[in-house]
Amino acid sequence: MGHEPRIDLHAKVGDHVAKTTCYMCACRCGIDVHVRDGKVRYIEGNRDHPVNRGVLCGKGSAGIMQHYSPARLSAPMKRVGPRGSGRFEEIGWDEALQIATGWLAEVRRTDPRKLAFFTGRDQSQSLTGYWAMQFGTPNFAAHGGFCSVNMAAGGLYTFGGAFWEFGDPDWEHTRYFLLFGVAEDHASNPIKIGIGKLKGRGVKVVSVNPVRTGYNAVADEWVGIRPGTDGLFVGALIQELFRTRQVDLDYLARYTNAPWLVIDAPGMADHGLFARDAEGNPMVWSTATGDFASGMAGETAPAMTGARVLPDGRRARPVFEMMAERYLSDEYAPEAVAERCGVPADQTRRIAAELAHVAFREEIVLDRPWTDAWGRRHDRMIGRPVSMHAMRGISAHSNGFQTCRMIHVLQILLGTIDCPGGFRYKPPYPNTAPPPLRPHGRPDEVAPDTPLPGPHLGFPLGPEHLLLDGDGRPARIDKGFSWDAPMSAHGLMHMVINNAATRDPYGIDVLFMYMANMAWNSSMNVPGTLDALTATDENGDYLIPKIIYSDAYYSETVPFADLILPDTTYLERWDCISLLDRPISEPDHAADAIRHPVVTPERDVRGFQEVLIDLGARLKLPGFVTDDGAPRYPGGYPDYIVNHERKPGVGPLAGWRGAEGDKTGVGAPNPGQLDRYIANGAFCTIPIAPEHAYYKHANRGYLDWAVEIGFRPTAAPTVFQLYCEPLQRFRLAAEGHGDRQPPDHARDRIIRHFDPLPFWYPPFEGELVAAGAYPLHAITQRPMHMYHSWGSQNAWLRQITAENRLYIHRDLGARIGVVDEDWVWLTSHLGRVKCQVRLMEGVNPDTVWTWNAIGKRRGAWGLSGDAPESARGFLLNHLISELLPEGGGGYRYSNSDPITGQAAWFDLRVAIEKAEPGERTEPYFEPLGTAGRPAAPDRLAFGAEWRGRGA
Amino acid sequence: MTALPEGTGRKLGLVIDLDICVGCQACATSCKEWNTGGYSAPLSDHDPYGADPSGAWLNRIHSYEVTGPAGGGRTVHFPRSCLHCEEPDCVTVCPTGASYKRAEDGIVLVNPDTCIGCKLCSWACPYGAREYDHDDGVMKKCTLCVDRIYNETLAEEDRVPACVRACPTGARAFGDLGDPDSAVSRQVADRGGFDLLAEFGYKPVNKYLPPRINTVAAEPAPAPEPVAAPGGSTVEGFFAWVDRALSGRGG
Repeated sequence: MGHEPRIDLHAKVGDHVAKTTCYMCACRCGIDVHVRDGKVRYIEGNRDHPVNRGVLCGKGSAGIMQHYSPARLSAPMKRVGPRGSGRFEEIGWDEALQIATGWLAEVRRTDPRKLAFFTGRDQSQSLTGYWAMQFGTPNFAAHGGFCSVNMAAGGLYTFGGAFWEFGDPDWEHTRYFLLFGVAEDHASNPIKIGIGKLKGRGVKVVSVNPVRTGYNAVADEWVGIRPGTDGLFVGALIQELFRTRQVDLDYLARYTNAPWLVIDAPGMADHGLFARDAEGNPMVWSTATGDFASGMAGETAPAMTGARVLPDGRRARPVFEMMAERYLSDEYAPEAVAERCGVPADQTRRIAAELAHVAFREEIVLDRPWTDAWGRRHDRMIGRPVSMHAMRGISAHSNGFQTCRMIHVLQILLGTIDCPGGFRYKPPYPNTAPPPLRPHGRPDEVAPDTPLPGPHLGFPLGPEHLLLDGDGRPARIDKGFSWDAPMSAHGLMHMVINNAATRDPYGIDVLFMYMANMAWNSSMNVPGTLDALTATDENGDYLIPKIIYSDAYYSETVPFADLILPDTTYLERWDCISLLDRPISEPDHAADAIRHPVVTPERDVRGFQEVLIDLGARLKLPGFVTDDGAPRYPGGYPDYIVNHERKPGVGPLAGWRGAEGDKTGVGAPNPGQLDRYIANGAFCTIPIAPEHAYYKHANRGYLDWAVEIGFRPTAAPTVFQLYCEPLQRFRLAAEGHGDRQPPDHARDRIIRHFDPLPFWYPPFEGELVAAGAYPLHAITQRPMHMYHSWGSQNAWLRQITAENRLYIHRDLGARIGVVDEDWVWLTSHLGRVKCQVRLMEGVNPDTVWTWNAIGKRRGAWGLSGDAPESARGFLLNHLISELLPEGGGGYRYSNSDPITGQAAWFDLRVAIEKAEPGERTEPYFEPLGTAGRPAAPDRLAFGAEWRGRGA
Repeated sequence: MTALPEGTGRKLGLVIDLDICVGCQACATSCKEWNTGGYSAPLSDHDPYGADPSGAWLNRIHSYEVTGPAGGGRTVHFPRSCLHCEEPDCVTVCPTGASYKRAEDGIVLVNPDTCIGCKLCSWACPYGAREYDHDDGVMKKCTLCVDRIYNETLAEEDRVPACVRACPTGARAFGDLGDPDSAVSRQVADRGGFDLLAEFGYKPVNKYLPPRINTVAAEPAPAPEPVAAPGGSTVEGFFAWVDRALSGRGG
């Protein structure tokens, strides 16, 4: 058709493509950044990348607006008005670093505990943790304590792996998928890719979640469970498997501690511990020899039932027998849990039958010979194709650790961990259960101008590994690894500000934070947190005297800091996604990655890690200076990434090591390493041999290889800990055994909750508030297009969601007489929020929910004062107390899991009532000062300059 | 008023799978990102950091509930963009010829050089698929990424619309719906793909695939043994089974 206009079908996209790693959430997908005229033209997924295989989510595809946000900080600043006023003076980096060095050096010289260094959504914890270790403060952690430590710890203590970062469903082979407590989050693209594959293959997807949105919306069956009762529901599924005799006994005998003998001697100091032989090996009873044998020796016919008399004359029973007694008890009968869970008994029974059917009658077989840890050759790999995934909805409860373990027990009873079609470890996992790291930071390990002797975070095996002072009080500012949270493997970042301001357990001098919006949506009890940040002593001095904060954007937290170290955006920085840290591996290969600058900042900003290395040298921290005191990494972060060695030959990146770049895992630093990463698309994959790809916990070839490459400390198999002995050690202490004793107020709490066999107990808040006063559960979800993307100022994403509503069940709406857009008051034991409702059907009838972190405070994020985020957005954080109501004994515990210290966001209980119409949500905070920043533009025409400019 | 071609050689379009769309917005933002610097540049944003942020988008996702009997409801994520109809009124109403349907492949486009921003086309479209760019003064719409799908500066596998390239669940497919043997046509046939608002008669080229429910026909649980062994408890009965099951096992 001649009259059609000629259009340029071959317009070039950019001048070049730079491949780097996304940072719009925690998935760390590979991205191709098309750069044109020095500007970012387009970002798409990297097809070769192991995480996202070319696709890219709604956040990643809006990365341009994150990068060019007007909320970006432009220069270092020091505070010149009161905290919160937003009155700052821009300063140069020399001055900023001098101030920071002065503050930090004084703390380090006098009392390193007085620095609390917490790094939020840090993706470089192997560096930040190392820095804190060299500094010598015991007070370091990232944000895991308020995110998902229950999942990490629950998995690592049980089977040396965990959901999400340490393992994934076998998307290729699974035939039944059970998803717990995952709405729109962890992970993003990998789960989306996986769900697409499963649905396409006709695989049934069952979602257990109080809310039917996101992934739950496409599930074939939705179980609209009551928040915090998943453990009870899983207990009923387990009971059904026991009742119908559908558990994988061979798998249990081979790979788990089900046959291990537990000492049954109530009142004795070793009651409930494993009976051990002279070498310290746990004992089993061999039905083949009619004698005791080592539980580590691969005994093929251990007894699973029956008490035995130990050589010392005492009685012991196999773990499996104790499990059967627990889960066959009336407490876990489907009928007994139905009302509490909101799941009819018939549905529970049917799902259990489906799980068992697929696991045992749709068994799959891979013709792939392999050798087990004890040298036995197997000619095939047997798969039980049931897989599960769980995250936030399990994690964010005060019973989350035990509930997470309960889900793993269900997986293990079905024989589905690391078999074809089941749940697969991602290398470097499996580790031992738990990993062999212990926490450091006891008072005798902390001294002026001295590094800590080991890493801060680890996995205690008993009271001997707690971090306590001579009086048994917490050694850490967050009370991590104290009797309040003995197994707090990620610390308790959510308690730092409150504890520091109340000087409980002690006061600090410098609070140093990175990338965590603690003055807003990352804290419980926002008003209380703001009070803590601004509280003063009798002299008018701040109770938290000095606050250093690094972020790329003008968040709600910036105005409360005294010294601002402006970070770059993710497209302007070096980074290292390290196997020493939080890996991005997939089941068939280990992987690590980098970020490298693909555009140059036009602002006076520096990557935080760059600054930290500089500070390390200025402070003369041993790991950051040479023997003669010169900076060890004069080339900054890239220099560190290439040349730092944690152990000889082991550094932040595993790929292209050795002088020639031909070594993987272990090898000398390679000056050309980063070029090799960039040439390969900014990542490296280390493939797992097909015969090593399953049963990795007990696969001889895999175990040997993993030791060789530095992934595992031992080639001994990982034995699944259905019975978690470390918990019993804490319990024995609480019963009065041993010389490390908990305070009296903690004894009952530990005895009750530190049960070595997973069990369900009601979340704390609901038990402590007045009965009936707060009948509803309240939870949040992050919208898929904003999950983990700190910065809802994104000009495109906020057009999708700039204000939030409280979603309630239609029946509840009818009961309180409200319709869509009506206003309600939502009240908790801490406070109240006024907001608007929307009615829906796909929500548990006793649950209300909203999108998280949509509400913004005026003055922050470069938004106008009348932005809907502040006028019509709201946070549930204002209702969530960081402390539990006073319970028995008068002590106020943090609102956390009693085992791990995980923040119990989703324990929140509320009451709802209709409110008078309004103009805006409440509480409505005073605007923050804006540091004299220019107003954001009132229109955008991004890309206009490229119109009609083809090749 | 503008004439339509006699017929089009091909009927390029999208197939959108409502069974697996999770509403993540990837197709919406990747579309915005591509097109704001591409053929439709720019897709302006108005008051982007203020009280009423709005802008031109060529693809939007709507999430809503369909209520059903006795809890049989469903949350649906519904992506909406131009359907590149075979008989599009949005083209025929155009007074300047700026809106046109390409004879070669059926893509409906707006020529920004001749569009006068009269908005007649957006009134004519029953799907709400056209968006007026207030700042640019012209009408914008899905181009099926006409500047990607033939673009020889891109790798061949990338010559698909940005939304298809980005979609994490694989809920979007691109192809020739005029060819009954194309992958997309076969998918439509296999899955019962349907026209949106077919009764209006615009013959949309894009198709939607309906949700489906995967089930497991679990055999009934093995005949329940006596809950308890004679004279014993539930637990003892279970232990007896364990012992029997294990005693048959080799060393």
